[in-house]
Amino acid sequence: MPTHPYHEVAIVGAHNTRQARRLPGETMHSLLVDAVFGACADAGIDVASVDALVGQGPAELSYDLGLGPVTRAMSSLGIPAIRDAAHLITTGEATTVVVATAGAGLLLDDGATAPWTRPTNELVVAYGLFTAAEFALMARRHMLTYGTTPEQLATVAATIRNNGHVHPGAVYSGRGPFTADDILASPMIADPFHLLDCSTTSEGGCAMVLTRADMAADTRHRAVHILGSASDSFGPAYSQAPAWDLGGATSGDDVPAGYVGRRAARTVWKQSGLGPDDVDVCEFYDPFSFEIIRQLEAFGFCDDGEGGGLVMDGTIAPGGRWPVTTDGGTMSFGHAGISTQQIQRVIRGVQQLRGTCATMQVDGAEVALCSNGGSGALFNDLMLLGLERP
Amino acid sequence: MTQLAPRINGIPVPRMAPESVEYWAGTRVGELRYQRCTACSAPNFGPGLVCRSCRSRDLEWVAGAGRGVVYSWTVVWRPQTPAFEVPYAPAIVRLDEGYDLLTALVGLDHLEIAEGLRVAVEFHAISDEITLPFFRPDPSAWSGAAAG
Repeated sequence: MPTHPYHEVAIVGAHNTRQARRLPGETMHSLLVDAVFGACADAGIDVASVDALVGQGPAELSYDLGLGPVTRAMSSLGIPAIRDAAHLITTGEATTVVVATAGAGLLLDDGATAPWTRPTNELVVAYGLFTAAEFALMARRHMLTYGTTPEQLATVAATIRNNGHVHPGAVYSGRGPFTADDILASPMIADPFHLLDCSTTSEGGCAMVLTRADMAADTRHRAVHILGSASDSFGPAYSQAPAWDLGGATSGDDVPAGYVGRRAARTVWKQSGLGPDDVDVCEFYDPFSFEIIRQLEAFGFCDDGEGGGLVMDGTIAPGGRWPVTTDGGTMSFGHAGISTQQIQRVIRGVQQLRGTCATMQVDGAEVALCSNGGSGALFNDLMLLGLERP
Repeated sequence: MTQLAPRINGIPVPRMAPESVEYWAGTRVGELRYQRCTACSAPNFGPGLVCRSCRSRDLEWVAGAGRGVVYSWTVVWRPQTPAFEVPYAPAIVRLDEGYDLLTALVGLDHLEIAEGLRVAVEFHAISDEITLPFFRPDPSAWSGAAAG
């Protein structure tokens, strides 16, 4: 296996606060405090031993909890924030780092669409777009090119929603089970996406604890190691036409915007010396059902255009070769604003490798691929987790 | 059959960036203007400071013919806000000059939208400063004439 500085970092704590459609009385700050205490308890460490904090509102949080000396606002949401924490450790600037994120009070106007999903750029703002419509423009191209069907999309949505249905901590726990026909019978939002093809919105928080791999033996759970991590982007989200074949000077290779994430996957496979065949569970970001089909192709789990067939043959189902998004993801587990649900993909990956999932545990899982982002947003971030320290 | 119509009342009004002044000046007088690179001739859209094909900083504004094909689209049935009466059809139109525009389709039933459908621009003012381009089926393509 290749060596990489990320291999010197271990994830030793992972915690989700309560998640719900609304959490009356909670603020982002109160959820962040819950998340930090929860993650440190999960790691079995004293909060006082944390010497760096990466997240939302880090100055206030470090002041209240007496953490530091290092604090960082997230340089980017989700997986890149976890990498920020890893960088602090690999460079020796810190030893034990908490990544904390939360969302509450963001849904106050009760609009038909969440406020952060409405684009403001001058070239798109006047055409009634929102995230579902923008991802639909990408999904449509895949359907035109490869014959991908609404039934295939619905099968993804039913699979992930059923994972959330059985998860006691999910916002939509007990709200299923769903068949693909149930998904197709739900109201059309932005063709080809029905209501149940789309993510939900909710409130909640989460946090993780990272430390040096050589210090991870003293923590409460078996440490989970970062085998690789990388990002891929095709430009600013929600401000230009999200064309499948969008490229530009930064592309310079054979990857179209529709397969954003592929360049990150190539890097992660190189960092880790592994490939899709080594992966046991796929904790993929699921803003819309189509994204799972696309990401399976983008990351190399099947050839281009074969993702639709792959999701129909049981591959992503419980017990299948590559179970996906096993806590219910943004469709069912939670989607608290702009960051929490992204870190939660990695939290679920950690729980899978520890073998502590109360539901949908993948037996003997040793390698998990976690993703953030998607085609309509023109970015993907990846993190590959492993039980064995490389 | 319900003809899709432009949604222009009560919608959010674009806030112009310095790079885009020439674009909006064009739409006000019925022209679809875009940047073209004087070094490599590639079209550059949205408006910017650097050619996204060759990184040249020598860009010129030119007016296009306002015709192209439907590249992708969606039909929205739950609106972003109530100002957008459903259904409406955001789309990516690939202009004959070789760049993509995010717009909305009008003047046809949503079931008539198809990949490659030839469309032509039409303009609707929503404020003194801002006139929006929409696209409808190209009448010159209906008659079998080569669209230009």
